[in-house]
Amino acid sequence: MSERADLLLAIADDELVLGWRNSEWTGIAPFLEEDVAFSSIAQNEIGHARALYELVAEELGTTADELAFDRKPEEYRCSPLVELRRLEWARTIARHWLYETADEMRLAALKASDDPEVAGVAAKMDREEAYHRMHAEMWVDRLLSSDEGRARLSEAIDELWPYALGVLDEELRPELRQRAEERLGRKLPEVEPVPRGVHEAELAELWEEMTMVRRSAPAGTQW
Amino acid sequence: MSPIYEVFRQERKGQPFQHAGSVTAPDESFAEIYAREQYGRRQESVALWLVRRDALTEIGEFPDEFEMKYRRVDGYSIKARLREARERAGTLEQAPGGVGE
Repeated sequence: MSERADLLLAIADDELVLGWRNSEWTGIAPFLEEDVAFSSIAQNEIGHARALYELVAEELGTTADELAFDRKPEEYRCSPLVELRRLEWARTIARHWLYETADEMRLAALKASDDPEVAGVAAKMDREEAYHRMHAEMWVDRLLSSDEGRARLSEAIDELWPYALGVLDEELRPELRQRAEERLGRKLPEVEPVPRGVHEAELAELWEEMTMVRRSAPAGTQW
Repeated sequence: MSPIYEVFRQERKGQPFQHAGSVTAPDESFAEIYAREQYGRRQESVALWLVRRDALTEIGEFPDEFEMKYRRVDGYSIKARLREARERAGTLEQAPGGVGE
């Protein structure tokens, strides 16, 4: 697999799995408006995954669906951060904000790519991600504005921080730390990143659910 | 208790804004995100107006003690008068709804 396919697949898998995880809040988010907004963000992430899978599929002579659903759990390239099942709102928001912050840096690099297709998809994604970031930042503001919120966000961020570092390649990690520390107004722990390539046990579970329909009616089903 | 924001949406440029519904949100920035996702994510709007409900002044009483029907558009029928006028002018048959139809 080319370096390009490898890189795009990693991002696509991040977006697919995070979209899936975020959609687990549909129907049970803290209040109705947030439910709609967070579900919509989840749909956007899955749309981004599709756009990236299509680019990779063209190169590999396969389809977006095959890439999204026909690989084995261990073949996915997503980062452990997005795999975690976190049905608790402070952690969900912490992950959302950490991911969007890292994703912005990664997208900035892709937008500057020499490959016009990659740069084009990245620019399109970034226009939607801007609203995801706005949503995440607004929640961080809100949580930082009260003692309880600050404490709950801090605890969640500390727990997820090694995972957040693992979303990015080594050379981008110092910048992520700098951005996060500035925003939160405190030092973050010095930790060993949880890198891409290892998987959480939760991924296999999610994969079972995500590919269930596809596996029960193998390729050829028309909707 | 979070305030309620009323949302008005414009479907196409140049058209009037119409009431779309409302969102409950702790502040304006949340209201903006929620309104965008609820009333704009399907490309159904080109612009939204958000107004805090408590910023609106509602008027809900319109007394009409003497039933001044003549001030209402449906106060009296002009049909008979129009017919008379057309007869006088001799244009009755060309008129829509006239004798010829």
